[in-house]
Amino acid sequence: MTDAAVFRARGIGKSYPGVRANDDVSFAVEPGEIHALLGENGAGKSTLVKMIYGLVRPDQGQMLLNGQPHQPADPRAARAAGVAMVFQHFSLFDALTVAENIALGMENPPPRRALSVRIAQVSQDFGLPLNPARRVATLSAGERQRVEIIRCLLQNPRLLIMDEPTSVLTPQEADLLFATLRKLADGGTAILYISHKLEEIRTHCDRATILRGGVVVDSCDPRDHSARTLAAMMVGGEMRPIDRSGRQSGEVLLQVRALSQAAPAAEGTALKGIALTLRAGEILGIGGVAGNGQDELLAALSGEIRSAAGTILLEGADLSRQGPEARRSAGLLAAPEDRLGHAAVPDFSLTDNTLLTAGARKGLVRRGLIDRPAARAYAEAVIRAFDVRTPGPGTAAKALSGGNLQKFVIGREVMQAPRVLVVNQPTWGVDAGAAAAVRQSLLDLARSGAGVIVISQDLDELLELSDRFCALNEGRLSDPRPTEGLTLDQIGLMLGGAHGMEVAHL
Amino acid sequence: MIDPVALFLLLLSASTPILFAALGELVVERAGVLNLGVEGMMITGALAGFAAAYHTGNPFLGFAGAALAGALIALPFAVLTQFLLSNQVASGLALTLFGLGLAALFGKPMEGVKAPAMSPGPLGLNWIVWLGLLMVPAIWWFLNRSRAGLILRGVGENHDAAHALGYDVRRVRIAAIAFGGAMAGIGGAFISISTVLQWTEGMTAGAGWIALAIVVFSNWTAPGVLAGAWLFGGVTVLQLRLQAAGVRVPVQLLSMAPYLATIIVLVAISARQKFSRRAGGTAPGSLGQDFHALR
Repeated sequence: MTDAAVFRARGIGKSYPGVRANDDVSFAVEPGEIHALLGENGAGKSTLVKMIYGLVRPDQGQMLLNGQPHQPADPRAARAAGVAMVFQHFSLFDALTVAENIALGMENPPPRRALSVRIAQVSQDFGLPLNPARRVATLSAGERQRVEIIRCLLQNPRLLIMDEPTSVLTPQEADLLFATLRKLADGGTAILYISHKLEEIRTHCDRATILRGGVVVDSCDPRDHSARTLAAMMVGGEMRPIDRSGRQSGEVLLQVRALSQAAPAAEGTALKGIALTLRAGEILGIGGVAGNGQDELLAALSGEIRSAAGTILLEGADLSRQGPEARRSAGLLAAPEDRLGHAAVPDFSLTDNTLLTAGARKGLVRRGLIDRPAARAYAEAVIRAFDVRTPGPGTAAKALSGGNLQKFVIGREVMQAPRVLVVNQPTWGVDAGAAAAVRQSLLDLARSGAGVIVISQDLDELLELSDRFCALNEGRLSDPRPTEGLTLDQIGLMLGGAHGMEVAHL
Repeated sequence: MIDPVALFLLLLSASTPILFAALGELVVERAGVLNLGVEGMMITGALAGFAAAYHTGNPFLGFAGAALAGALIALPFAVLTQFLLSNQVASGLALTLFGLGLAALFGKPMEGVKAPAMSPGPLGLNWIVWLGLLMVPAIWWFLNRSRAGLILRGVGENHDAAHALGYDVRRVRIAAIAFGGAMAGIGGAFISISTVLQWTEGMTAGAGWIALAIVVFSNWTAPGVLAGAWLFGGVTVLQLRLQAAGVRVPVQLLSMAPYLATIIVLVAISARQKFSRRAGGTAPGSLGQDFHALR
């Protein structure tokens, strides 16, 4: 039998204690093909590619690379066989230079000068400008990804694996990435592309293999299907469409005026003259590439960092000098991005975690004493209302999966009936089902007359939720634009994170 | 009068123990491991080296034995921290206490005997002093120019990334820990074989801690370590001279001076470096963190 496929998996299986990560997975990637691996978090995509890259060994099944058995003992063996991988969380060394990072990813790197020349050459061939002498710590997310890609390209891979590469990129950077991938594919390289962004897969991929619960459920040409049917295959059932109806914007709830703040840490971003107005029943979306002041803005609104008097007003009352507790009592609540460690204490039970933010508003603490039954009842109510999958309110927060904990921390705030709720990355790393539930709860909250600010890097999410959109760029907030009629291109320009794009388009 | 050339030669000798220990710890920390057991490894080397030199009559074999003993005593620390994922700070402190106690116990028979004489090297300086000076550019070259050094820095900077690229984080770290132990052992043996010429309990007198401090404030570079070791050695020699000259300052204050001077200067340097994390390389990114890979 002649096998044209670059890579073929036959009946791959892998178990971890208590979890069947992959079961009887079979698929093939043809040369010159951009092949999408589609699935929710926990569907087994990452385990599968880790096996191809030699980081994890399969329990059952067979892998073939160019018709030869492929059983890499470690990533070096996989690289030698022609597999290269770009990781979801960059596998880069901040303190080292671009050239050193690339040398670490190669088996037999040429001497330093020759390597620099080759990096310059490859980066020019593919329109990915990079300075080999720069330290990685000083690069933007898009530039960091270029380092990873060039590291892979220098080895002339037969199979290139990309694990959720666009989650940190601006739309322009993502377009540049796809142009590069297409160029590579045209040269005969097979590309395995992991993502859960359906639109991007529909426009750019030739074939999609869909995983659910560790099993291949379907394989199709994504261009023939709508995003909705792909999503249905992914989650195994119709997705309930988001209900945006029934909201009216009312009186002004929150006003932020000329909010400026020095960076709280050496690595942080300073806020520069932030101004915004939020009305009742309205959802304001704030987009931007990570590290442009999102965390600092949330901290300033929640009260973790206090600001100059007169900069933050809730229903006319100046809260600028108040701490988080006072702001919560007044009705300004916040849910930060980092679930474990910032929004919740990992080793505390869910009951104890409700006390951290709901103590005053829900009357769970009286005269300095904790009302345990009330706290437990509130935790149980959140668990029920938000469909948090957990044995009970006594479970430690860290024992919950990311999606379940996210539902819990959002639910904990939403059910306090805030006047204004600020959330940062509400569905980051959360699977599609839980993400839909969280988004719907934010819309419901706005319908009930509260104001909601959603800070997110997921532009689809912002377009879906928000009435008005503004971009955060280097600590500056753009003027808001109505979301309706806004295209991704326009948003990309608002984000302004197009590092080196002009050069790249030559 | 104090002759500056003679003083400098004395400085070189006085700084050698810390230079060795700090260079070893530099490599260990660049690999991402914080080993606070330097003092324990030094005292072990001081005793083992002295005993080996005494029994063989050859001081060079003594230093070889010291290196071996230092590496061996560091191995339990490597197993504890790399395989059993014990806390590095606690394990390192335990290593120091263990080494001090062990050396005191086994050192009893060595008390009161004299070390064999050692033939001096070029310029009348001890061969080990020359070796230490040679180690500075050698380690600099290893870290910044060699492939193995690049991998070691990668492991120390981001062990998850190094693992993802297929490097054996544990093996690199265990090798680094053993090397650090050998270097500390040689440093300790220099005190017993070449400086004091006999064995006394607790003779390293905190040199291991100074070595640790120097690594931090050297900004994790070999030339910085040399500068720190010379500073300590210089003040040591100077205060000994002042004591000998009968300066009317309490002896305790003078003995304290090298430690005090080193710490003050190093703190001043680090205060300047505090905000340069982005611009220049400072602490290795994975320093002191446990590494555990799921397979």
